[in-house]
Amino acid sequence: MLSLPQLAQKSLLYRKEVLRRVRQAGAGHTGGSLSCVDILNVLYNRILRITPASRLDPARDRYIQSKGHSVEALFVVLADRGFFAATELDALGQYRSHFVGHPTRQVPGVEQNTGALGHGLPLAVGTAIAGKLDDASYRVFTLLGDGELAEGSNWEGALAGAHYKLDNLTVIIDCNTLQISGRTRDVMNHEPLAEKWSAFGWAVRNVNGHDFNELISALEQPLEPGRPSVVIARTVKGKGVSFMEDVGRWHHGVPSDDEYARAFAELDAALAELEGGAA
Amino acid sequence: MSAPAPSMYSPAAKATAEKLGLKMGRANLEAFADTVLSLARADRNVLVVTSDSRGSGKLGPFGQSLPKQIVEVGIAEQNLVGVAAGLASCGKTVFAVSPACFLTARAFEQIKNDVAYSDNPVVLVGISAGVSYGALGTTHHSLHDFAALRAVNNIEIIAPADNAETVAAVRYAAAARCPVYLRFGKSPLYDLPASPAPITQAHVLRDGREVAFLATGETVIHALLAAAHLEESAGLKCRVVSLASVKPLDVAAVLAAARECLAVVTAEEHMVNGGLGEAVGTLLARHGVTARFDLAGIPDEYTVTGSQADIFRHYGLTMEGLAATATALLR
Repeated sequence: MLSLPQLAQKSLLYRKEVLRRVRQAGAGHTGGSLSCVDILNVLYNRILRITPASRLDPARDRYIQSKGHSVEALFVVLADRGFFAATELDALGQYRSHFVGHPTRQVPGVEQNTGALGHGLPLAVGTAIAGKLDDASYRVFTLLGDGELAEGSNWEGALAGAHYKLDNLTVIIDCNTLQISGRTRDVMNHEPLAEKWSAFGWAVRNVNGHDFNELISALEQPLEPGRPSVVIARTVKGKGVSFMEDVGRWHHGVPSDDEYARAFAELDAALAELEGGAA
Repeated sequence: MSAPAPSMYSPAAKATAEKLGLKMGRANLEAFADTVLSLARADRNVLVVTSDSRGSGKLGPFGQSLPKQIVEVGIAEQNLVGVAAGLASCGKTVFAVSPACFLTARAFEQIKNDVAYSDNPVVLVGISAGVSYGALGTTHHSLHDFAALRAVNNIEIIAPADNAETVAAVRYAAAARCPVYLRFGKSPLYDLPASPAPITQAHVLRDGREVAFLATGETVIHALLAAAHLEESAGLKCRVVSLASVKPLDVAAVLAAARECLAVVTAEEHMVNGGLGEAVGTLLARHGVTARFDLAGIPDEYTVTGSQADIFRHYGLTMEGLAATATALLR
């Protein structure tokens, strides 16, 4: 289990690896991967009871990434956790590789094939109902994008999660406020978000999605017995690289040589600062 | 909904069925409901998921007997299929039951991704399929489901022709390691001659060398009556093959029928685009087998209005219509 400083360092390394993999593959959803990587870091290094050895154990916790396009972040974290060798990611996007641009179960550690939006929550509801039927203690997590919330199937799943009192289910919303064609509030406004989920019968927690303390506190236990939990993580798209932060064009985009060097310089400086602070 | 449904069988068809010694059975829907209940009684991991469809799925007794094994999601087919896939991923044997029209259209993406692509072996049960809902109109018809699901990898399609095929199909699907789509209607059907073949293989119900009727689902009985009628009225000996498994097709049985008979007529309660007939026609062409060939089904037009019986009669899916199509091919 990583300490808070270790988590901070890990996130910087993950960000570098996400950029490296996007650049190497020549494609990728850079901004959204950077906005959710702290969430994935906390999940896989502090919250989820799952290891490469237990990845098929019926008692394992489940994580379903509904915003499948942020697959680079997921692959980088899974590789770091030992679900497969990091070198396998050299094949990302290549002919006959199972590392495609959205999660597939061919990759060890991936629970469901996602990528079309609005699918993760219903899958997670079914998985959580199975846990209740079996009196199992596992928890089910799913990560949604905020733009994704326009898909109606999420709200079908939200009704069912509350109806079946699935307190073993946690939705995390990577609320980075940007989607492919602009600000989510301009494309299709979903605010007030907390009130909506609350009205649907969910226990709601707003957090800073880049604050490890807040994320851990919101995720380490279900928020309330008898209700499913939703953690609204306020995030910044492209987080960690100044010129990518909150800039729509980085929804998907491959950094140029110059951009790549500048991004790495920033992330390396942040790493050095962390080490300096720790020393 | 109190008036009895108009009969699917003309007086002449009923007389032919009587001469064949056929007995009227129940609706496949009822055979399904009984079978799934007995499977679920024997195994608490067998679940039914419904979208406000327990009444139309004849699952009231299931819900009363095994309330913990039925999951209701309300009128929400996308959630129905997603939840079913999640349950199946945890090792449950899941029957997701909804009218075929909604299940395979509204939730098509969930079938494609959450069930088939993710390889969660859900049994999708399309009830009141084809034009079972008759006069309720096109919103309630499923004439696209074979075509849509034939274009999806990793799902089998089974349309049983009678109660025995339904029982076999339900048991097969429950044990299958891949997703299966079962599709049937709600009208009572004659029980067909029993076949020892597994449900995934063709059932040859009647042999002959003139015309081969290759039929699926609830058109099979009409093909059998047409064959009997053609023999009695014209001395033609026709073959009748029930292809419950639309995908995968029993290739050997289809090729044998086309090679051994003078003509082939396919029959399905589905639009002719992309259904059984096109699957058979493509198979024959790819194997270089030429035969006189026609497809009976619903054409690409606004479907005629009326009861299921009216629609079958209008498009030549009854005994008389199928016999006429066969006769025309032999001219």
